[in-house]
Amino acid sequence: MSQSVAAISGPVLSLGARVRDSRDLLGLFFMLPATVVLLAFMAYPLGLGIWLGLTDTTIGRRGVFIGLENYEYLMDDSVFWLSVFNTALYTVAASVIKFAIGLYLALLLNKRMPFKAFIRAIVLLPWIVPTVLSAIAFWWIYDAQFSIISWVLVKLGLIDEYIDFLGSPGPARASVIAANIWRGVPFVAISLLAGLQTVPASLYEASTMDGANAWQRFRYVTMPMLTPIIAVVMTFSVLFTFTDFQLIYVLTRGGPINTTHLMATLSFQRAIPGGHLGEGAAIATAMIPFLIVAIVFSYYGLQNRKWQQRAGND
Amino acid sequence: MAIFRKREIEEDQGMEYLVTLPRRVVTLYVPLGIIVFVLLFPFYWMTITTFKSKIELYDYDNYSPFWVVRPTMENIDRLLFQTSYPSWLWNTMLVAVVATAISLVCSVLAAYAIERLRFTGSRIVGISIFLAYLVPPSILFIPLALMVFKFGIFDSKLALILTYPTFLIPFCTWLLMGYFRTIPFELEECALIDGATRWQILRQIMLPLAVPGLISAGIFAFTLSWNEFIYALTFISSSENKTVPVGVVTELVEGDVYHWGSLMAGALLGSVPVALFYSFFVEHYVSSMSGAVKG
Repeated sequence: MSQSVAAISGPVLSLGARVRDSRDLLGLFFMLPATVVLLAFMAYPLGLGIWLGLTDTTIGRRGVFIGLENYEYLMDDSVFWLSVFNTALYTVAASVIKFAIGLYLALLLNKRMPFKAFIRAIVLLPWIVPTVLSAIAFWWIYDAQFSIISWVLVKLGLIDEYIDFLGSPGPARASVIAANIWRGVPFVAISLLAGLQTVPASLYEASTMDGANAWQRFRYVTMPMLTPIIAVVMTFSVLFTFTDFQLIYVLTRGGPINTTHLMATLSFQRAIPGGHLGEGAAIATAMIPFLIVAIVFSYYGLQNRKWQQRAGND
Repeated sequence: MAIFRKREIEEDQGMEYLVTLPRRVVTLYVPLGIIVFVLLFPFYWMTITTFKSKIELYDYDNYSPFWVVRPTMENIDRLLFQTSYPSWLWNTMLVAVVATAISLVCSVLAAYAIERLRFTGSRIVGISIFLAYLVPPSILFIPLALMVFKFGIFDSKLALILTYPTFLIPFCTWLLMGYFRTIPFELEECALIDGATRWQILRQIMLPLAVPGLISAGIFAFTLSWNEFIYALTFISSSENKTVPVGVVTELVEGDVYHWGSLMAGALLGSVPVALFYSFFVEHYVSSMSGAVKG
């Protein structure tokens, strides 16, 4: 009997073996590298950034805690409020149009056509190529004197003189929004296409037999099935549009007269060329509430509805 | 290339047989053609500008702007030999490869821990990883600049190598979590019964099976590193240490003179590595995007 008791209680394990076998400890150990990186270079800077917004640090000089003085200054700063307005306008306009065109493109790509894989591949190209490099191409396309768009429009007789795309406020805003749309549509389209492909064709067939036309099929079959994916995709899209920096920096640096300054570009301008790290950090921190709203949105979007998960069983 | 190799598999097209050819042309091919043209035109414009001499470039009356009459290599020549472009290219490549490698290692371990080990709190950790991806660089760059300066790694590639994983790791982890989820747990159970340790399971079972996921994650991380701009702009000041995006934007304009030919050449040559990579791994890109979005 004593032999079986010893067999049941098992051998004595070394510490290393116990770590290997314990799921919790091993999990912790595996998570260590990623956690260290993220804590050191994301969590800590996030806190540091918020703290910096409450100081008057400049490049080269340590700052002192000044409470909400930066924010009070920004409250009275018309350029700051202009950047908030620009960011809102830019984000809303670009996102809505990106969604519309992206969804339309996804619907097109979902149909049967020759070379579908090839077309899908080249459609993604604007998104793959580094933003700054394609922004430079747009910089040239939007040039006040040599723009190919102006040249074509003049040749067609539609306008008389070349458009100053980046030099006047209205056209500048439209131009950067257009460039952002150009860049963002592929991501939205390909992601929505992936979602479209999970909708079983049998649902469309059944609804057609019940007498639904194309619009009704879209509205009552496609859209409900797509909603969770739309929530996720558009959250990302809105987030990246809101915090966009590269496109504006390359095309206009925020001009003309600050009419295309986003909060991100203003933050950079105040902090690095301007030297006021504290002020720049305050502007960057002001972006965080919008971030949180986006996160909450996406969290709810990610909850797959029960009946959609059952859709595969037919 | 993978996109030409596959033959079209006739999928279940549902109600498509009702659509006649003329209708297809108007509702499908024309709009698609217009969209594809708009999406590709800037690249075409970039390419032909690269090979245009100055005379052709600015003279729209005598030369049609839409093609090149006498292609020239002078823009590329100027780019490669009179600027620090080659070192920018090298910097960008190096930073991208090393940052990707670091991120992949961290992500594989983290994804396996969250997805398979299911240690206590793994769900919360998983969600916080996802949230970490949502924190944009345009908020973090100022405090990171301070930290970089304090650690004495300002104006060095190390600064980029250490900070890029902050946005690479969350995405790669998320992607790899999705991949690990598709591997049946039974395989691991068999190995556990046979007495394998977790480490052996990871190395000999999970990793080989997750290779497509690793490739997708790696390629995506590589692309994201090439695409990064604000950290490189903020942390690097000397010309030889810059990356391609920063160098092309800041150093190819001398005062009032825009060297458009060289600017376009810089943009084109900077896009080529990523585009080449892309053409070989298209399926992986698409699957990683779909996987990321579907969660």
